[in-house]
Amino acid sequence: MHSSVNTSANHPYIPSTDSERAEMLGVIGVDSLDGLLGDIPPEQRHPKLNLAPGLSEQELSAEFGAIAAENASSSSGYISFLGAGSYNHYIPSTVRSILQRGEFVTAYTPYQPEAAQGTLQVAFEFQTVICQLTGMEVANAGMYDGPTAFAEACLMAARVTKRTKIGVLASADSRLPATLLAYSKYQAIEIVSIDSQATEIPDDLACIGIQSPNFFGEIEDVERLTDLAHANGALSVVHVNPIALGLFRPPGDFDVDIVTAEGQPLGVPMAFGGPYVGLFACKKAHVRQVPGRIIGRTIDTKGRTGYALTLQTREQHIRRERATSNICTSTQLIGLMVTVYAATLGKQGIKDLANLCYQKAHYAASEIDRLDGFSVDSTGAYFHEFVITCPDSPSKINAALLDEKIIGGLDISDRSDNGMLVAVTETSSRADIDRFVAALSKIGAAS
Amino acid sequence: MYPEELKYSKEHEWVRMNGNIAEVGVTVFAQESLGDVVFVDLPEAGTEVEQFAKFGEIESVKAVSDLFSPVGGKILEINSEATDRPEAVNEEPYDSGWLIKVEISDTAQLDALMDAATYEATLE
Amino acid sequence: MTISTIAANAGDIDRRLLMDRSVPGRKAFTVPESDVSEQALPDAGMLRDDVELPEVSQLEVIRYFSVLSQLNFSIDTNFYPLGSCTMKYNPKINDELSNLPGLADIHPLQPDETVQGAIRLLKNLQDDLGEITGLPGVSLAPLAGAQGEYAGLLITRAYHDARNDSERVVAIVPDSAHGTNPASAAMAGLEVATVRSDDQGNVDVENLRELADSRTAVFMLTIPSTLGLFEPNILEITKIVHDAGGLVYADGANLNALLGIVKLGDLGVDICHSNLHKTFSTPHGGGGPGSGPVMVSDELAKFLPKPVAEKTGDGYVLATPEQSIGPINGFHGSFSIAARAYAYIRALGLEGMQSVSENAVISANYIQARLKDKYDLAADRYCMHETVLSATRQKKRGVAGLDIAKRLLDFGIHAPTMYFPMIVDEALMVEPTESESKETLDHFIAVMRQIDDEIDSAPELVLDAPHDLPVTRLDEATAARKPVLRWTAEE
Repeated sequence: MHSSVNTSANHPYIPSTDSERAEMLGVIGVDSLDGLLGDIPPEQRHPKLNLAPGLSEQELSAEFGAIAAENASSSSGYISFLGAGSYNHYIPSTVRSILQRGEFVTAYTPYQPEAAQGTLQVAFEFQTVICQLTGMEVANAGMYDGPTAFAEACLMAARVTKRTKIGVLASADSRLPATLLAYSKYQAIEIVSIDSQATEIPDDLACIGIQSPNFFGEIEDVERLTDLAHANGALSVVHVNPIALGLFRPPGDFDVDIVTAEGQPLGVPMAFGGPYVGLFACKKAHVRQVPGRIIGRTIDTKGRTGYALTLQTREQHIRRERATSNICTSTQLIGLMVTVYAATLGKQGIKDLANLCYQKAHYAASEIDRLDGFSVDSTGAYFHEFVITCPDSPSKINAALLDEKIIGGLDISDRSDNGMLVAVTETSSRADIDRFVAALSKIGAAS
Repeated sequence: MYPEELKYSKEHEWVRMNGNIAEVGVTVFAQESLGDVVFVDLPEAGTEVEQFAKFGEIESVKAVSDLFSPVGGKILEINSEATDRPEAVNEEPYDSGWLIKVEISDTAQLDALMDAATYEATLE
Repeated sequence: MTISTIAANAGDIDRRLLMDRSVPGRKAFTVPESDVSEQALPDAGMLRDDVELPEVSQLEVIRYFSVLSQLNFSIDTNFYPLGSCTMKYNPKINDELSNLPGLADIHPLQPDETVQGAIRLLKNLQDDLGEITGLPGVSLAPLAGAQGEYAGLLITRAYHDARNDSERVVAIVPDSAHGTNPASAAMAGLEVATVRSDDQGNVDVENLRELADSRTAVFMLTIPSTLGLFEPNILEITKIVHDAGGLVYADGANLNALLGIVKLGDLGVDICHSNLHKTFSTPHGGGGPGSGPVMVSDELAKFLPKPVAEKTGDGYVLATPEQSIGPINGFHGSFSIAARAYAYIRALGLEGMQSVSENAVISANYIQARLKDKYDLAADRYCMHETVLSATRQKKRGVAGLDIAKRLLDFGIHAPTMYFPMIVDEALMVEPTESESKETLDHFIAVMRQIDDEIDSAPELVLDAPHDLPVTRLDEATAARKPVLRWTAEE
């Protein structure tokens, strides 16, 4: 199908004018664009494209305003108690401000380090922050998200131990083993479930993959499970919540081998699921098996400090089919947000924030536990998420809550009868929590 | 550039015989092509290796190459200087930059290797 | 003009890290006091001591990161002719709109009925990408091109598994392929067979005919190729692969050459991915986040990764296709990146889209025409949206492609893509994009010609470049031999 290309369309994003194009075509030595497309089969050239005409910026804004208005969020008066891997935290003004800097936003991957010292030094700071939070020796510059970081960590454990069986605790978020399965399906890897209370494990595991706090919000006995793994020649892979690390002992205290996490809680908007950043840290001894980019410090020809990508021979652009991972573009700008966030909260802020989330969650839990028909199921220590058993199906409860502009916790009745996973962060005021509790009480009484 | 007393493989490794112990490393050509060597990945002492089979890897900043053993036998020793200070491979590829010592199973294998002149001719 | 004359001329810039600037007691933020009754903390043995994080004031945070940003090249400040990266203008309105309340603050697990706007946006983008590529089955789940590529290979394997054809374990990949191609193939458990390129940079069709057989799962091809060239034999190539029972996967990294010019689906392609952070203007961010949607023919749509946005009678839902390869990451993909790409497509519209590729192709050929007397071309024919130069003549005069790249930095121009594709000696891959004015192209051409002259008149200028940046060439060997990967306290 032939459709004429409008060569006089001048769009704000496309500077060349008709006369400039004509001049360039003259230099090239052809009459028109078609003179350059000779290799494209004529029948397939210039197909009809069913796309709407372009919008001005003002019209585009109006369209997006309408799209946004159809979604329920805190900006449209809703309060929410959803967590399960993505959390509503307050994002400091410093993060949004630094994100305005086009030199960070529109820079390329730092393959030419002399032209990217900003990106590289930020990435080095990011690696430092991750090590400080997790207590581990080395960290990479970030992966796609928490679950893919966890999957890559388990595959790394398989490479290091030269074993093919990966154990994942049954209490983990099912998205973790599901993503691991996607990454390992066609490599002779077997995934087995391990109970949190296990005192014995198969002697051919590459690792035990532990999520702590686990899917239900509870802290696992990372020390005991790590010792158990090591006693059987396996590595310990622990997937953490980075805000929880402001309060609870980091995995580095327990001789854990690899740590992963979803970095979203550290200053990244929930944004309907992405983009986020996967955190990845491990023992120095394993650094050559680490996937993803790593930034190192060095000096230039004048002895000045500088930063550059290092240990690149692990990566796809050099090792190709033998690379530690196929990852290329990852999540650098999200890593910048995390770094600014960590610098802003600082030593005291991260502690205060973790404590505040803990306080509000435990308050909410104790209030809900008092309600007729509801009970809080968390048995051990938990951070800011807990499971409640509802008097009726959580989906019904949530439908009723929505009528009150409350987004309830995640329906986890597939894993826990009439179970709802409730998350509370510093963004829920006491009034919000009390409103939630009152609504549950009313709905519970009516059910 | 290519010491006369050594034997060479087409994968740019050299062999120095001492009784039936073969000292193995990479040639000047190899380390020049690689550039600054940053890492050498060698197997543990005691590992058996076949002639011309891969026994490890050598990395520079921007490249990684397999290392192929010019002789077969048991690896008796690996050079910790090369693993601790990979630049030794660039500085003295035939001396302090040696990689492994192999107790060879069959001296007839050496017939499959080239002498210095033949190897140098292959580089043109 | 070089980057930030302030930074470059400030003598030694203070490169101290945040932990070295910290002073105990300083803070940049106050967390509110608790408004609930005090709750008992767990056993002290579970709790940590302090976290070692910086202690600086808020101004110090802002100043530190602001000064660092000035050490970067970026599209906003510099011309970035990086081949295969499509460093086009990242429209600011896209950043603004994707951050709107109602878009930035919605949770991925909210019930579908509370996020109809978001799902509608995803559906519309799916439709547009399907229309542009001619492959109507679309999932926006993959978080980058490499993940989209991997999803495409999982779909390939699912397709052959469904046909009970377990022999199909080979991925044929051209010798010019991007590193992620064989890396993704290995992850998908496929053996990699390499097909040669001929001296014109095209796939050697006879070699492909020899390789394609009953073990061929897929042929992975970049279109246009990594040399910026369109395969003249594309229809024959896809037929050979289909006749052998394999699928054709197109790496869509170079889609900027094809918008409105040809649809991949019309060429016999079964699966492709696209990079929203290349063709569709979403920002590179210094290395991501990206988004790598995967597009497939109708027949393969049932294998797409979840979720796929669908329109039902009542509204919009996030659905899982009937034989989906499943989830490949945590949630629904890079939503705010998808939002930016959607804004871009809506702003350009039909005519704008067609204009993009037309101008990208003309600009690249213009550069090629005006430099080919000085620099060898990888292939002597018209290119598409990028041209691959080879610095072989310059190498003979003592200067490598790398040196030319570093010298370009002194002129405020980011180096082109280097040493890729691997089959071209001293490759310099130049992609201007349609965003750049003719003055910028002419300036680039003049600088490249000047550098070529400098090789003879002042070689140290080139060999020791860059001279005017915050750092000169870095010792990457020591960085790899003795890695220092984080801040530590001085002893």
